This record gives sequence, structure tokens and C-alpha cells, in this order.
Amino acid sequence: MGVGIEARRLNAWFGSHQALFDVSMDMAANHVTAIIGPSGCGKSTFIRCLNRMHETVPGARVEGTVRLGELQVYNGTPAVEVRRRIGMVFQKPNPFPTMSIYDNVAAGLKLNGLRNRRQLDEIVERTLRLAALWDEVKDQLRKQSGASLSGGQQQRLCIARALAVEPEVLLMDEPASALDPISTGKIEELIFQLKASYTVVIVTHNMQQAARVADLTGFFLLGRLIEFERTQKIFTTPSDKRTEDYITGRFG
Amino acid sequence: MSEPALPVGQSGIRLSVVPGLKRKPPRSSRAADVVFRYGMLLCALSLLAVVGLIAAQLVLHSRLSLQQFGWKFFTSESWDPVSGDFGALPFIYGTLVSSFLALALAVPLSVGVAVFITEMCPRVLRAPLSFAVELLAAIPSVIYGLWAIFVLAPILRVQVEPWLAQRFGWTGLFEGPPYGIGMLAAGVILAIMIVPIIASITREVLTAVPQNQREAALSLGATRWEMIRVGVLRNARTGIVGAVILGLGRALGETMAVTMVIGNVPNISRSLLAPGYTLASVIANEFTEATGNLYLSALIEIGLALFLITIMVNMLARLLVWSTTRGVPARVHAQ
Amino acid sequence: MRSSYWRRLLADRMATAAAAAAAVLVIAPLVAVFGYLVYRGASSITWAFLTQAPKPVGESGGGMGNAIAGSGIILLIASAIGVPLGIGAGIYLAEYGRRGFGNFIRFTADVLNGVPSIVVGIAVYALVVVVQHHFSAVSAGIALGIMMIPTVTRSTEEVLLMVPNSIREAGLGLGIPRWRTTVSIVLRSAISGVITGVMLAFARVAGETAPLLFTAFGNQYWNWNPNQPTAALPLQIFVYAISPYDEWHRQAWAGALVLIILIVGTVGMVRLAASRGLLKGTS
Repeated sequence: MGVGIEARRLNAWFGSHQALFDVSMDMAANHVTAIIGPSGCGKSTFIRCLNRMHETVPGARVEGTVRLGELQVYNGTPAVEVRRRIGMVFQKPNPFPTMSIYDNVAAGLKLNGLRNRRQLDEIVERTLRLAALWDEVKDQLRKQSGASLSGGQQQRLCIARALAVEPEVLLMDEPASALDPISTGKIEELIFQLKASYTVVIVTHNMQQAARVADLTGFFLLGRLIEFERTQKIFTTPSDKRTEDYITGRFG
Repeated sequence: MSEPALPVGQSGIRLSVVPGLKRKPPRSSRAADVVFRYGMLLCALSLLAVVGLIAAQLVLHSRLSLQQFGWKFFTSESWDPVSGDFGALPFIYGTLVSSFLALALAVPLSVGVAVFITEMCPRVLRAPLSFAVELLAAIPSVIYGLWAIFVLAPILRVQVEPWLAQRFGWTGLFEGPPYGIGMLAAGVILAIMIVPIIASITREVLTAVPQNQREAALSLGATRWEMIRVGVLRNARTGIVGAVILGLGRALGETMAVTMVIGNVPNISRSLLAPGYTLASVIANEFTEATGNLYLSALIEIGLALFLITIMVNMLARLLVWSTTRGVPARVHAQ
Repeated sequence: MRSSYWRRLLADRMATAAAAAAAVLVIAPLVAVFGYLVYRGASSITWAFLTQAPKPVGESGGGMGNAIAGSGIILLIASAIGVPLGIGAGIYLAEYGRRGFGNFIRFTADVLNGVPSIVVGIAVYALVVVVQHHFSAVSAGIALGIMMIPTVTRSTEEVLLMVPNSIREAGLGLGIPRWRTTVSIVLRSAISGVITGVMLAFARVAGETAPLLFTAFGNQYWNWNPNQPTAALPLQIFVYAISPYDEWHRQAWAGALVLIILIVGTVGMVRLAASRGLLKGTS
């Protein structure tokens, strides 16, 4: 079951350049929250602050709190623990090229100390089914390398890999922007099914996509959260003029 | 054919009259282009000529020895200038043992320092550390040899070798009196000398691993070391092997420092404390004193063997390194 | 999962410690070698040492002046051979040899680069010394020059390739002949990088000893005739180091210190200038 994730007064810097200003947002459990906005508005930075990937950039800094249920993401919890519980899928699929499909999915599990063959097999199959990839790869699990799949398949493999460690939240940073329309459709279908068990936060520059998959949508501009509403409302009757300008295509 | 109304430049574009710009008639500049191009080609061909000449001289002058000994040359242990019986086995043994000993010592250190510089150390230390490693590469072989004779060998003789004989004597690798000079000293100084080349290529290979691989590992909840293992080292495997083989190639041909501390005795001994002899060292020591054509020819045949071995090893290495980076940078050649 | 977390953290810490230890162990010889060179050699570097030829065995005093001069002559000859051929080959590879034949030349350069220096010495011995019936600085210069070519070629090519094509097109578009564009515009804008490559190649061969063993051969006296056996600094260091005389050992350290200062000074200056962006060329 998913757990909600909550950001309070989040500020983030790249060196001396501030990228996020006082962002507070509740991403509800078992819902899909989309984050939209023009390039450079801070959407990727925001979700990377949620799973503490932002701080891996030299000179990066974060202030504020992020809460995952009972867990304080900052303030004492090891980043390793946070990242296991908050999974991430990246814009460009990044399977491990020297590992087979099976090993890719099992990678996170093996790192966490799970060695039992039967358990690994079971989890690999379960997550590949969840990612709607099982039928396509089940005969080549150990023989094919993760990088030999098509773009769409690679991304689903990355999703399976992220899900294998049983996170509560899945962050997706423009997961379909490097893919063709058919693969995009499959990914969107997947997101719809995933929300039953996980909390999904998806960054997208494609407003139609947000309208299709998300329950809630947040609009970012220049590092600030301008509006955060049910998707339907934000796209039909936005409260803020800037939101309306973006949605109607006046900029971005 | 009538002359064009306006002058035409080299690229065929018509130019308006530009005051002050000297316009050469097209014909002579085309000739100059051809001359220039062939001039540069000649320079490039000089490389071919040089390699060809070297190979030819080696083959030519080793003919005597080749005819006399055939393949036995590489399996015979006797090296007797007096009776004219020459066999290169002791040198092959010495070269291989000293080089692989050097690799055993150098590889963990080189990969370790490369990982440290690229993935672990504080940014401010990166430049000084990599500069220091490159400085190691700049020290000439003869100076390493000098230091090895007067500093390394005494340390080995007085402290390290007795300890090794005591602790690990049961392996049979540390028998005989601790001279300081010998196979172990050669292996150690060789290791110091090949660390820079292995480390710098490993660094290139590690840096070439895309950042998204690191992020993939981290996002699964990996610790930094796990991220390096799974997301970086695994991807760089082939290139690192290539770097190691390049280091091997360097070790096989290294002459001066090894000659100064290996003892120069054509013996095959299991013990690392014993003196030995390498292919390069025997040439260095005995070439100018070789009496008789057969003696000289035998030495040159050893040179031919060295030539062929190092070419093959280097080719293999560059194949591996090229598959992971865009190529071995010129900078590395300055070693 | 708790205990495995601490184990993983421990593994992480240990890996970091091991890598740091490796760094220390790698740097240590650098410090040790330099330290010893200064410690054993500094006091022996006197004006006499730098300007005098060796005294006969057994007498103290004298110096390596002739060896330093000899090295100078040899390196001059080497540069005269290695630099033009290397730059020319580099120009060919960058401007004309982007395909198959160029790749073959590149491969050959790598092969030549990997040939052990002693093998080069043998070949030059057979080609020059045997024919001339005597050792000479010329043959040594040829051997070292040959060794310079691949390094200069590859670095020249690399630097020329970094010059953007738009500069070439600008030159051609102005009606400047191609050869002139290459020399006066492209090469000029990359010249600092080319000089870097040349200096690094120079620094590398300046310390080479093996090929000198049977080309220059060495000489205990002053010799300004490049067609005679000549002393060279690395060679002299080698001979002194393996000799049984303490006096010669002392001078070997001093000679080594002089050599390392020259070489590392060159390399160090080049690296420093490169890091300050002084050698990026005008692209």
C-alpha cells in the first residue's frame, strides 16, 4: 500500500543559485500527482529533493522538510533508506548494460542482502508482470542484457527494477518523453494500474499526459508552486492567471 | 576556357575584389596545396618507414641466431657466450615473473587510486592528486633505478625480505639469502612505474561511465561503494582490463630500472628473493660487449621477441580501451 | 534488514579507507624519490659539477658538465627529427587522413609508441652505428627523435581536431589556399596545444637511457663533435649508479636531481599553464 508524501517549505539551491522557493505540497497516498511547468521551473529539482537525489550534485543544498508517513526524509534518516522507500524512474531509461534482465530487476534486492534464489525469482516475476513486461521477456530473462531491449521496454524494465525493492512512493521524471507514442501509452496505462499499490508523482512537460493520468496536478513556475488542484479543476478553471497562461499555451 | 570575370577562391566561391588581399593565380596555389599535402603525407609515412625499418633490422640481424637455434632458443636455459650456446628461457621467465609481480602489486593500487580520485575524494584534492600521479609518470627509469639501488634494495634486504622469509617461507617463494637486489626489487620498482599508466587510463574509463548509471544505482538505495561497484566499475570492466594490459606492455619492455636491481643472473628460481634477468636487461648489459656475430645475433633475436610481444600486448590493450572510451588520449603517450 | 544496513555501511567505509590508502601508497614513492634526490643530491650540485667533465676514477671532484652538454646536443638533433615529422604527421591525420589510411597510420603510431626504447636502440645501432663504424650523438639523436614522433603526432592531431571546422571554412571562404589555411590559421590557433605536446614528448625522451647505451655510448671527456661518442646525462647517471665508487654515487644523485628538475620542471610548467587555460588555443 502506498503512503502519502508531504513537502513543507522546501527550498533548494545549486551552489548560490536558488531553484526552489518555499514549496509545500501534499502528494496523497495511492493517487497520481503530476507536476507541470515550463522548462527550468524546478519540477525535476523538486522531485529529486523528495528522494534526496538532489544532494548528490556537488554544491547542492536543501532546506525544509519532507515527510513520508512517519519518516522524516531529511533530518537523521540515512539517504540509503530513503531511496529504497522512494523509488525513481528517470527520463532516459538507464538499465545496467552489463547485467541481464533478471539481474537488472534483482539488482536492488541483492544490494539489500536478499540472496534466496526462490524469493528473487518470485519478486522478479511479480514486478515484471506489474510493469507489463513479463510476457515479452520471460524467455530471455537471463540471456538478454538489459540494454538490448527497445526504449519502451527498457523504461518498463527500469520501472520493474524500481518496484522490486518495494518502495511506497514512485517518482517519475518525464518517464515517457524519450519514448514513442505506443510505448508512452503503455507507460501511462501502467501508471494508472500502479496507483492502486503505490503513490506516484510524475513530472511531465506534456499537459495532455497530466490530464490523462493524474488525479492531482501542481503547476510550477520559476521555482515556486503556483497552483495545486485536482487535475480536472486546474485544466478547466485554474485559479491563477499564470496557470491559465501556461495551460492555454501563451508561454512554455 | 575563358577566365572567370571575378577571381574564384579555393573553395570555388566567387569573391568580390577585396582591397589589400593578395590573390594568387589559382594554378600555383593548387600546386602548393598538392605539394603541402604530399609533404604531410610523407611525414605520416615516416612512421610506417620507421616501424618497417626497425622490424626489418631486427629480423635481418637475428637470422644467424634463428638459423642456429630455431625454436630451441626459447626453451633452452643455457646462456653461455663462451661456448656459443644461447637460450632465452631464463630471460623470458624473468620478464614474465617480474612483470606479473608488478601487476599484482600495481593493479589494486592503481584501480584504488583511480576510484578514489574520480568517485570519492573531495573535489579540491582531485587536481593535485591527479597531477601527482602524472608526475610519477614523468620520472625517468634510470632515476627510479638509482633510488631502487640505494633506498629500496636496502629496505628490502634489511626489513622486508627477512620478514617475508619468516612469515611466508612455507610457500617456497622466499628462499635463499635476502640480497635486497633480485626479482622482488624488480617487481616492486616496476609496480611503482606502471601505476601511473594504469591509473590514468582507469580514470578516463571511469569518467566515461555516464552519470545516469550512478543515479540508477543510488535511486535503488545503494551506498556509495555499492553505487561504484554496480554502476561504475561493472560498466568500466573492459576498459580497466585494457588499462591493466597496457601496464603489462609497459612492464615487459622496461629496461633501466629493472636492470639496475634485478641482479642480472640468468637463473630460473622459484624464490622471489633470488636474482634474475629479463629480456630487456640482458640486451642492455651485454650488447656492447657482445663478441662475435652469433652472440650479437642472439641478443638481437631477443630484441625481436620483445618487439613482437609488446606489439601484441599493446594491440590487445588498445582494442579493449577503445571499446569503452573514444580512444587513448595523446596525453597518455607522453609516458 | 537492520543488521544488513550496518554491514553495508561498514563495507562502504572500508572501501573508502582502502581507496584512500591506495592513494597514499601511490603518492608515497613520489615523495620518497623526490625527497631522496634532494637529500642526497642537492649539496653536490655546484657550479663545478655543472661545468666540469669527470675526473679520473679515484679522484674526487669533477662533474657532469659534458654529460649535460651532450644531452643538449642529442636532444637538439632528436627534436630536429621528431618535431617536424611529428607535427607533419599530425597535420596529415587531422586534415587529410580521417578514414582508412589515416587509421592505419594512427595504428602504426601506437605501435611505434609501444616499442621498448631498447629495441629502438638496437635498430638504430644496426642502421647507423654499424654503417658509420662508430658511436655518435647523431645516432642517439635519431633514436630519440624516432621515439618523439608518435607522441607529437597524436597530440598534434588531437589539438588540431579541436579547432572548429568553421575556422577552416572561414579561411577557405576568404580565398586563402588550403595549405595556407591549415598552416597560418588552423595550426596557429592550436599552436599552444602543439607546443604542449612537443614539450611533453621532449620531457619523455630527455630521460631515456636505454637507446643511448649503444648509440651515444658515453664519453668521459668533453665532446662537441656530434659524430663521436658523446656523454649524456641519463647515461652518466646509470654508469655511475652501478659503479662501485662512492664518489660516483654521490655524483649520480646530483646528476639525477639535475635531470629530474629539468624534466619535471618542463612537465610541471606545461600542466600548470594548461590548467590555467593558457594553452587552450584561440578557438
